[in-house]
Amino acid sequence: MLGILRTHKARAWLYQGLALAATLGLALSFVLIARQNLLDQGIATGFGFLERSTGWPINFALIEVSDRSPYWRMLTAGLLNTLLVGLLGLASATLVGVAIGLIRISSNLVLNVIGTTYVEIFRNVPLILQAFFWYAILTHLPSPRRAIPLMDIGFLSNRGLVLPALDISAADVFLFAAGTALILYGAARLGGAGTRASRWAWPLALAALAALFVLLLLTGRTPEAPLLTLPELRGLRFVGGFEIKPEFTALLIAITVFGGAYIGEIVRGGFLSVDKGRIEAARALGLKGFQINRFVRIPLALRAMLPALANQYVWLMKATTIGIAIGFPDYFMVVSTSINQSGQTMELMALLMGGFLLVNYGIGFVMNRVNARLAIKDRAG
Amino acid sequence: MTDIAAVVSAPPKPSLLEVLRSRAFATKTDSLLTVVFLALILYLVYLALDWALFGAVWGADSADLCPQAEGACWSVVAARHRLILFGLYPYELHWRSTLACVSIVATVILSCLPYFWTARRLSALWIVGFAAYYLLMEGSPIGLEQVTTDQWGGLSLTLFLFASVVLLGMPMGLGLALARRSKLPVISLGVSILIDFIRSLPLLTTLFTAAVVVPILLPDWLHGDKIWRVIVAFALFFACYQAEVFRGGFQAIHKGQFEAGMALGLSAWRIMDKIVLPQVFRHALPGTINMVVVTFKETAIVIIIGFFDILASANAAFGTGEWAPYFLEVYAFVGLIYWVFIFSLSQYGEYLKRRMTVAAR
Repeated sequence: MLGILRTHKARAWLYQGLALAATLGLALSFVLIARQNLLDQGIATGFGFLERSTGWPINFALIEVSDRSPYWRMLTAGLLNTLLVGLLGLASATLVGVAIGLIRISSNLVLNVIGTTYVEIFRNVPLILQAFFWYAILTHLPSPRRAIPLMDIGFLSNRGLVLPALDISAADVFLFAAGTALILYGAARLGGAGTRASRWAWPLALAALAALFVLLLLTGRTPEAPLLTLPELRGLRFVGGFEIKPEFTALLIAITVFGGAYIGEIVRGGFLSVDKGRIEAARALGLKGFQINRFVRIPLALRAMLPALANQYVWLMKATTIGIAIGFPDYFMVVSTSINQSGQTMELMALLMGGFLLVNYGIGFVMNRVNARLAIKDRAG
Repeated sequence: MTDIAAVVSAPPKPSLLEVLRSRAFATKTDSLLTVVFLALILYLVYLALDWALFGAVWGADSADLCPQAEGACWSVVAARHRLILFGLYPYELHWRSTLACVSIVATVILSCLPYFWTARRLSALWIVGFAAYYLLMEGSPIGLEQVTTDQWGGLSLTLFLFASVVLLGMPMGLGLALARRSKLPVISLGVSILIDFIRSLPLLTTLFTAAVVVPILLPDWLHGDKIWRVIVAFALFFACYQAEVFRGGFQAIHKGQFEAGMALGLSAWRIMDKIVLPQVFRHALPGTINMVVVTFKETAIVIIIGFFDILASANAAFGTGEWAPYFLEVYAFVGLIYWVFIFSLSQYGEYLKRRMTVAAR
């Protein structure tokens, strides 16, 4: 009997069996203890609580929520907030990052110094400290009564930024977003470089977008309602218009500035990785400066950047969770408040993790697709 | 033999004038950019200096001058720096907190010296440094007045979290990396799932789980202090990333080396210990330093789960009515502390990377 254990294979099976048994045993004990603990606290398990109304409001949401909204709606609002601030943050951080990266590789000494200083300052201070900093600055602006006017159309105060608002419903916004995605996808399919359609695909897409916009603006509304509502100071606060809360702005600025520094380094690394010989070869073929950039340098640099960029995007998306520190109701904050209020810890943690896994795998999926599109096609394949 | 340096001399170093001509005034556009942006930089630097130095108020006793001041009111830092650095630690025992911080900083600086770059010396150094910190802060084991962890705060708490996460996370990371490479499918698959799962969640989720969920999963007597639960969870998070760094190091080692070791009749354990791991550590060094830097930065989020770290004490420092307008000064001070730590560590990492690429040529 013991002789069997001396063989390699049998020992391997034994170790694996033990590891599996230990893991399962641990999991079982967690479940049993958690059940007992929750029973003691009188908390019913299950997802029934999602239908109950929350009893607390959040200060920023894309869909209509109030303190009477059920939990599932509040959680959706939180997830949408995370997506909104995350995607906007990624877009603006990428813009800043590209600018910084190009500045850092330019031949101009002064621009180099500016780029390097920017990166070294903002990359080396924690994101959450930067969020606190911008939030403190925004909330120390003058009160609405003494708000700073911006070209007479918007006002900046410690309550946030108010802008004139188009009178459109959430459904319209959704339709517009879906339509935009569809049109852009179609144009991208039609307008691949080198095809005959590429010349008119993009102008057509723009025209279609404009038509969709006007159509949505003119349909399904009461004719008397004004197209544009202007913010107006009434008492201690502004009424009407579109309000951007300081919590949202501060988080967005922090992500943009911090992410921009990191993405700038990725962009710089991508461009530096392009082999000099290829640029020289392009020049020898008689390509002009613009053509070298368009057809050789940028495609090669982009390929080198993409894996690091994908990681950075996922990282920044996860970093939006610090919004809770300055009171921005992102998914994490809504879940954590829900846990405090309802006590449904296990269910809500599962939803929290599920939400983030979904978002991150979504980003990973998109970036992989982009990567596959851009990868150099092997002739044999 | 002719001296090589005499035959092949380096190209002459360009003079400052030449550098300026080629890198700042090469073309007309270049010159314009240089002038415009130089003016912009100088203006910004002037504004910053004017705020921070020329128009500033210094000293804790001159706080009443602050409302009229043009620039910064550094009095808030002078008056509240003890709160920012040491949190709620008893005032008359601050010397212990100072020494404890010094021991952590010294540990980090000493680990940068090549002398300590063996697994044994490095672990000994970190254990000693950490023990010194703990004994000084806690006090009771060496006969000093006891100060419990809930009174620790400010910079010393931040350093404590940082040091304990790195100290615990490093061996955990190595263990996870080895387990992921294991030939036993159940173990390598299980560990892979764990690593990928934790890596795709925000750190805050992991810490929050440790703070809130773990007490539900464990019997009462196993709960431990909240701070230790959070440290273990943070270390697990660190280990999952560090395992990937180590994995990169393992991949850089040729299979032939294992085979050579076996041909010499060494046991699997000796091959690991004497041949493979030293090289893995070397290859993983830049990535490891990067992880350490990131960890230092990430400790800042423990404020969200209710710890009184340097960020929380900074918020408290201007939280009273008298100092409320001077948040900029406090954030600048705390930001500078973080910046000095993180910048010097990452510069050291860059230096090592350069040194290793030169050595590899």
